[in-house]
Amino acid sequence: MPTYRDEGVVLRTHQLGEADRIVTLLTREHGKVRAVAKGVRRTSSRFGGRLEPFMVADLQFAVGRSLDIVTQAVTIGSYAPVIVADYRAYTAAAAMVETADRLTDEDGSRQQYLLLVGALRSLARSEHDPSLTLDSYLLRALSVAGWAPSFGDCAVTGEPGPHRAFVPQLGGVVSDSAAPPGALRIDAPTLELLTALLTGDWAAAEATHQGVRSRASGAVGAYVQWHLERGLRSLEHVDRGGR
Amino acid sequence: MYDGIVQDLIDELGRLPGVGPKSAQRIAFHIIQTETFDVDRLATILHTVRERVRFCVICGNVGEQERCAICRDPRRVPTTICVVEEAKDVVAIERTREYRGLYHVLGGALNPMQGIGPDQLRVASLMTRLQDAAIEEVIIATDPNVEGEATATYLIRSLLPLGVKVSRLASGLPVGGDLEFADEMTLGRAFEGRRAVER
Repeated sequence: MPTYRDEGVVLRTHQLGEADRIVTLLTREHGKVRAVAKGVRRTSSRFGGRLEPFMVADLQFAVGRSLDIVTQAVTIGSYAPVIVADYRAYTAAAAMVETADRLTDEDGSRQQYLLLVGALRSLARSEHDPSLTLDSYLLRALSVAGWAPSFGDCAVTGEPGPHRAFVPQLGGVVSDSAAPPGALRIDAPTLELLTALLTGDWAAAEATHQGVRSRASGAVGAYVQWHLERGLRSLEHVDRGGR
Repeated sequence: MYDGIVQDLIDELGRLPGVGPKSAQRIAFHIIQTETFDVDRLATILHTVRERVRFCVICGNVGEQERCAICRDPRRVPTTICVVEEAKDVVAIERTREYRGLYHVLGGALNPMQGIGPDQLRVASLMTRLQDAAIEEVIIATDPNVEGEATATYLIRSLLPLGVKVSRLASGLPVGGDLEFADEMTLGRAFEGRRAVER
C-alpha cells in the first residue's frame, strides 16, 4: 500500500462505525485530505488527542481505495487544549476551520494552510482579542482565495477613496455613484479597523473600542456569508462579548 | 433489487444508523430464513418502545414515566448533579457504582460547525434546577474531546457565578496503556491532575 507524509491541521471529524473517525485535514502539500483514523475513539488508541480539531500534526497516510488511512501522527502544534479552555477562542476557532474547509479543496493551497495554522497559534497564545483574530483571518483567507475586499478605492470604478458605502456583492466599499439604494454605510473608524485587520496592523486594531469592533465584525460577517454562498453555520455562534 | 416486500425490508433496515446496504440485506435474509427468529417479539418491542419511552422532564434521561427511575429513586443523593452529554453516558457512569447522585443530560455538546449552540442543548433547564438551594455540587462529565471540553468551559463560566461547587471528572492515562504512546494532551492532563501519595 503506497504511503505519503505531510503536515496537517484537523478541520473536523465524523464518527465512522464503532470506534473509527473520518478526519478532514488541511495539509501543507496535499490540500484537503479526508482520511480514516482507525480505533481513534477507543481510550487505548495510540492517536489519543492528536487528531482532534485545531491540532496540527506530522502525519503518515496510507493511500486507500476511496479514503486514505492515517497510520501515524506526531503533534506539531497542540493548540486544542488551550483554545477549548476559552469559550470565545473556541467559537472563533470553529468559524476559522469551517471557513478553511469551505475555501479549500484537494488541490490545496499552502498559503491557506499557513494562514490557518498562524491564526490558531495566535488564538492559543491569546495574542489578540479572539474576535479580532477571527475577523482578520476571515478577511485574509478570502483574499488568498481571490476575493480580497477593497476598503479604500471604489471596488467598481476604482475611484480613489475614502468611500462610505459598503456592498459585499460588489467587493467592498463603492463610490456613491456606484452604490445601490439602501447600501450599508460604515464610518471612518470602522473602515480603518477593517483595513488594519486586512493588512495585519495589530497596533491600530487593538487601539479600537468595542463599538467599532462590533460594526467591523458585522461587515466582515456580511462579506464572508455572501462570498461563501451557503452561510457559515458557526458564525452565528461566535461569542463576541467582552471578557 | 429484490421483489416488493423483501426490498422494502432491506430499504427500511438500511435507513438505520450504521447499517449499510450489505448489512441490511444480511439482516433481512436472517429474518426471512431463520425459523426460530421471533418476529412478533421484535415487532412488539419496537412498538412498545415508541409508545412508552420518553425523556425525563427533570434530567432529560430516557425512561418510561414522566420522571426517570433515577430521579424517582429516594435513595439517590439529591445534592449532587452529574452533567453528561447523552443518556448512554448515564449508563456508563452507573456501571461504575461509584456515583449515587442525580444526572442532567444535555442532549449533545456545543458544536458551532453543526449549528449546535447553548440554546440547542438543555442548558437552561440545568440553570433552573440549580435555583433549588438543595444542589451543592455539579460534576461535569462531558466527553474528553474538543466539543466536550468546550461545553465544559461554557458550563463552568455559567455555573461559577451561581456560587455552586463545580467539579470535573479527572482525566489522564488509560488503564492498560503505554506511557510512551500517550499523546501530549492526555499526558499533560495526567501531570496536571497528579495526586500526592498519602502515608
